[in-house]
Amino acid sequence: MTTLVERLGEHYRQTPERVAIHCLTGDSVEAIMYRSLLDSAASAARDLIALGVQAGDVVIIIQPHGCDLITGFFGALLCGAVPSILAFPSEKLDPQRYARSLAALMDVTRPTALITNKRFEGEVHDVLSESGSSLRILISEAFSAGQQHDFMSLPGVDLSPDDVALLQHSSGTTGLQKGVALSHFSILTHVERYAEKVQMDVQDVVVSWLPLYHDMGLIAGFLMPVLLGATLVLMSPLEWVRAPYRLMQAVSHYGGTYSWLPNFAFNFCAQKIRDRDLQGVDLSSWRAVINCSEPMRLESHAQFIKRFAPYGLREEALGSCYAMAENVFAVTQSTIAAPVKVDRIDRRAFHEEQLAKPANMGTGSIAVLSAGRPLPKTQIRIIDETLNEVPERVVGEIALKSETLMTAYYRRDELTEDTFHDGWYLSGDLGYLANGELYITGRKKEIIIVGGKNIYPQDLEAIAGEVDGIHPGRTVAFGLFNEQLGTEDVIVVAEEDIEDPQARERLSEAVRQMINHGSDVAVRHVRVVPRGWVIKTSSGKLGRDANRQKYINTFLMEREGSYTIEEDAGA
Amino acid sequence: MTQASEFRSRIQNEIADYISQEILRDATRKVSFEEPLISSGLIDSFHLVDLALFVEKTFTVRIDDTELRASVFDTVQALTDLILERMQGKAG
Repeated sequence: MTTLVERLGEHYRQTPERVAIHCLTGDSVEAIMYRSLLDSAASAARDLIALGVQAGDVVIIIQPHGCDLITGFFGALLCGAVPSILAFPSEKLDPQRYARSLAALMDVTRPTALITNKRFEGEVHDVLSESGSSLRILISEAFSAGQQHDFMSLPGVDLSPDDVALLQHSSGTTGLQKGVALSHFSILTHVERYAEKVQMDVQDVVVSWLPLYHDMGLIAGFLMPVLLGATLVLMSPLEWVRAPYRLMQAVSHYGGTYSWLPNFAFNFCAQKIRDRDLQGVDLSSWRAVINCSEPMRLESHAQFIKRFAPYGLREEALGSCYAMAENVFAVTQSTIAAPVKVDRIDRRAFHEEQLAKPANMGTGSIAVLSAGRPLPKTQIRIIDETLNEVPERVVGEIALKSETLMTAYYRRDELTEDTFHDGWYLSGDLGYLANGELYITGRKKEIIIVGGKNIYPQDLEAIAGEVDGIHPGRTVAFGLFNEQLGTEDVIVVAEEDIEDPQARERLSEAVRQMINHGSDVAVRHVRVVPRGWVIKTSSGKLGRDANRQKYINTFLMEREGSYTIEEDAGA
Repeated sequence: MTQASEFRSRIQNEIADYISQEILRDATRKVSFEEPLISSGLIDSFHLVDLALFVEKTFTVRIDDTELRASVFDTVQALTDLILERMQGKAG
C-alpha cells in the first residue's frame, strides 16, 4: 500500500510528459503534464513550509477554477498537510457573511493555513484576521514558480497510508458543516476498486465541470483520473452553467469516455443547448455518463438520450451511482455499457406500506431507477426504525459498511456517535434492495438537494430569521422536486399575521433576498402564512416533511403526487 | 412617447414578463427595470442561460455566455441597452 504522494511520484518518474489535466478556462487550454503538475506543486509546498506549515496541518483552499487551485491542492499534499477545498463564494454571496461562516468552520477545523487569491483575501481580510490570528495565508498569485525539484525530499513522502490525506466538507453555510477525513489508504483503495467497477484505465478521458469541493467532483472528476494516469479534461462549473454545450464540445474534441453528472444536469443539457452549438459534435466516445449525487429520474435520462442520440450518444452509456463523501465516493454503481435497470413498483403499496411491490398492469406505478450493485467489499443493509434489517423490497434506511468508510467526522465526535451503529454507517437515505440492486426512494434526513448540492434547511431558516418581522421557530424551509428542472426547488414558509397583501409581498421579498445573499442557493418561493400554519411536532420541533405535505395540499393541489418520486407515465 | 422610447419600453416589458413568468414562475411578482437581477440572486445561475436563449429567440441578437454576469448587465434596463446596441450594430 502506498500514499497519494508515492502514486503521483510514479507518474512523475514514469510518464513525466503525459498530460494529466487539460485545464479549460474560457477559450484557453492549459495542458498540464505530470512533470509540470508536480514541479509547480512542489514549489507551492515549499511556500507552505516557509510559512510554517507542517505535516498533518489542515490547509484550506478557496480558489476559483484554474491551475492555481490544482497547484495549491497538490502543494498541500506534497508538504504532508491535509488539504481541504471549500467553495469559492459566488458573486451574489455577501462576503462578510461568507467570512463569518468560514470563521465558524475554522473554529472546528483549526486550519494552519489558507490558500486563496488576492481578490478573496482582500474581501475577507478583516474577518479572517479577527477570528484566526495565527492563520497563515498563501496568496496564489505569489506561488513560487515551478522548477525542477526533487520533490521526493518533501515531507509528504514520509506519510504512511493510514495518515489523513484530505478533508472533504459537507455543504452548509454555518458550523453545521461536517468534515470527512479520508486516509491515503481509503482514497487509493477506493479509486482502484471504483476504477475496476467502471472499467476505467489509463486510456480513458474523464471530462468534468464538477466543483472540487464536492465528493463527486473531487474523487470521480479529479483525483481518480490523475491517480490512475488517465486523462482529465477539467472545466469551470461557472462556465458550464452558462454554456452547457462546452461539455459536449469538450467530450467531442478530447474523445471523452467518462463523465459524472448530477440529475439536474441531464435536464439542463437536454433543454438548454442550441443546435448550432452542437454542429460537428460527436459523442460516440462517451462510454459512461453517470448520474449521481441527487435523486435520479428516468425522465431525465430519457430527455438526455433523445437530445443527444443524434450526436452519437449511446443509450447504454447512461449509468447510475449512489455515493457519499463518508465512503470516499461510490457505494453502488450500475454496470458499465448496460442499460440502467428500472423497477416499476406499485404506487399505493409504496406510499401506504413502504413496500416496493412490482406493479401489476393497470395499477398506478412508480418507476425507480436502480443505483446499481455495491462495490466489492461494500455491504449494504436496509434497516427499520429499530435498526433491524428488513427483507428485500421493504423500504428503510440504507446502512453500509466498507473498508473505505471514514472512521469519524473531523473533530465532531458528537456527530460521529449519531451516525454509526455497531460499525454500520447510517446514511439517512431511504431505499430498498431487489435482486442485489439498490434503489433509492427518498431520505430520512432533512436535507435539501439542489443541483447535487446539499443544503441544510436549518441554515436557511436561520438566515430568514434575520429579516425584521420573521420569527425563528415559525419559519420552515424545505425542498420540493421540480420535474422540469430535475432537481429540488427551495421553498420557505414564514408565519406572520399581515393582512395587507403588499406588506406580505415586501416581507417575502426581504426573505428571498436575505437567503439569496446569505446562502449558496436561490430560493424559489417564499410564502407568508398566518400564525398557526406551520406544523410542529409535540416536542415543538419543525416537522419539515409534514410542512412540505401541507404546502403541497394547500398550494399545489392540482399537482398532488408529482412531488414524491417519479410517477410512471406509462402506467 | 417617441418611437424609439416606445420600442425600448416594449423590450423592457417583454424581458420583465419573461423573468417573472418563466424564471420566477410567479406572474404576480413584478420585476422592476432597475432592480438587480444577477447580483441579487433573483435569477440564479441555473437560469442565466434561459435568459440568453430567450433574448436570442425574441430579439435575434446574441448574448455571449461570457456576458452572463452582473458586471455586464444586472438589470432589465442594462440588458435592454445591450440588446438595442446589438440591434443597431446589426442594422448598421
